[in-house]
Amino acid sequence: MTLTVELSDAQAAIKDAIEKICAQFDDPYWRKVDDTGDFPNAFVDAIAAGGWLGVAMPEEFGGAGLGLTEAALMMQTVAQSGAGFSGASAIHLNIFGLMPVVKFGTPEQKKRFLPRIISGEDKSCFAVTEPNSGLDTASLQTRAERTNAGYRITGRKIWTTNAQRADKILIIARTTPKDQCRKPTDGLSLFYTDFDRSKIEAQPIPKMGRKAVECNTLFIDGLDVPRDDLIGEEGQGFRILLTGLNPERVLIGAEAVGLGRAALARAAQYAKEREVFGRPIGQNQGVAHPLARAWAELEAANLLAFKAAALFDAGKECGAEANAAKYLGGEAGFNACEAAVMAHGGMGYAKEYYVERYFREAMIARIVPVSREMILNFIAERVLGLPKSY
Amino acid sequence: MKVLVPVKRVLDYNLKVRVKPDQSGVDLSNLKMSMNPFDEIAVEEAVRMKEGGGGHAAGAASEVIAVSIGPQQAQETIRTALAMGADRGILVQVDGDVEPLAVAKILKAICDAEQPGLVILGKQAIDDDSNQTGQMLAALLDWPQATFASKIALSDGKAAVTREVDGGLQTLSVALPAIVTTDLRLNEPRYASLPNIMKAKKKPIDMKTAADYGVDVAPRLQVVKVAEPAKRQGGAKVKTVQELVEKLKNEAGVL
Repeated sequence: MTLTVELSDAQAAIKDAIEKICAQFDDPYWRKVDDTGDFPNAFVDAIAAGGWLGVAMPEEFGGAGLGLTEAALMMQTVAQSGAGFSGASAIHLNIFGLMPVVKFGTPEQKKRFLPRIISGEDKSCFAVTEPNSGLDTASLQTRAERTNAGYRITGRKIWTTNAQRADKILIIARTTPKDQCRKPTDGLSLFYTDFDRSKIEAQPIPKMGRKAVECNTLFIDGLDVPRDDLIGEEGQGFRILLTGLNPERVLIGAEAVGLGRAALARAAQYAKEREVFGRPIGQNQGVAHPLARAWAELEAANLLAFKAAALFDAGKECGAEANAAKYLGGEAGFNACEAAVMAHGGMGYAKEYYVERYFREAMIARIVPVSREMILNFIAERVLGLPKSY
Repeated sequence: MKVLVPVKRVLDYNLKVRVKPDQSGVDLSNLKMSMNPFDEIAVEEAVRMKEGGGGHAAGAASEVIAVSIGPQQAQETIRTALAMGADRGILVQVDGDVEPLAVAKILKAICDAEQPGLVILGKQAIDDDSNQTGQMLAALLDWPQATFASKIALSDGKAAVTREVDGGLQTLSVALPAIVTTDLRLNEPRYASLPNIMKAKKKPIDMKTAADYGVDVAPRLQVVKVAEPAKRQGGAKVKTVQELVEKLKNEAGVL
């Protein structure tokens, strides 16, 4: 593997094509959906029509068979267009969410599920986190009981994005009680099945930003799942789920860098144009330096995100890099958005200048899919060999 | 019928052009380059002739060939055309400026070799705005030409081309093979889809040099100076009609 800093021609073509699609959806569009909470359907349709949802999906099912590098580039370009997480989160799950199916699904399952997610016909959601377990996935309480036809799932999930519109759900539930398992992470199983609204109640959670793409609490009461919708082996759900985690971290890191760049571009423009005391405010180092620092941080975070992507694409271990890329991307994106709001002064607080929306969305990448603290725990333990603290 | 579409790599139309400090030309370093927008329209029209659509029957064109004359990186421009639906490319690699006449001569040689039924070019490139290549190519080939097309209708070895001219629209009928240059309203070019970008990677691009076609590309013109246009002066507000008339008479001198 060579670490290249320049985009290949094909990668440049991807970036260019995504930029063109995104150019139709400008900041006023995103501001409007952020106000109304309407899902950005027109944007998602345009992305799906160009075949982009299949960027990392296998070619035999209608995808492009490209790697995490290209997917990260695509998602970063979306965020960087000003769409931020309102745009990125609207399609994020289609990009890598179904990796467990790609890696562990049967040929029949892949044929049944993948083409419809690539075309955008199926909208899926991801139900892992629970109110009483959070990042401690092994302690989740949702149970899948065996039935004659398959399983029946009962429990609660939280922070499930897109559940208001989803017709499919990827859900993890305990099939064997923890005390009967060798390890706490055993006995969990993964399902990809129909989102049956007669059995699942989804309540949106009012939240800080990204109003257009809702998050929900799910109340699941006896959801019947056919045996054919079990992904991989029963009891192996946690390990299967892990295969999708590193790519997701890389994507979030890259998206956060994109958002930060969008904020920085607006701030630099404003600092050039806004004149106070007879000169542009950007001529003052007090305004310029935070923006310059934000640039440096974003570029560093970006390099690590694409290094992690390159490792992943080469089939190598990338856990530490992927986690660190998510951490650095989240922080750099947030710092850039904060610097952008501050450079705008009072106008930074006004919706009209868009950076306040970026700032609110920047918090997302600091929190999901895993906290900074858990990332630092991971690095301390796995890279530095320090004793586990929890 | 083969359709040949020349495409030029130019500074992206979204960018603000900067003149080099020594006024020798435009600064292109590290800036985004894209396909000339008029050429995108030409590619779109040719692809519609092949796939059907825009008033063309599917199969009106049997093959769409994208040609670029320029540096190695012009390959990217050809790939863009291939991703839009062109079948194959020809890159005539030339470094430095190539003047319209040299481009037209190379294109003539390619037409002699490929025998297209139609050549669709952008009416001009947005970098030098020469608006010459199509016309010169028509003269060199002794083919009919219809420039500034806003509509092309093919039938029985002819093309009815609607042209945007001062004061209205003119429709010409030209016998094929012919040269058509595109105006802005001919069509709206598509965005390349991901599957088509992937397919474009596998389509062939022939690599050629000007010498392969026996064309001498040495410039005949010398650029003396490139300068930015003068900054526009701000307008003035007047309080009364009398003041306006006064200014028009004495300052602007138009009354």
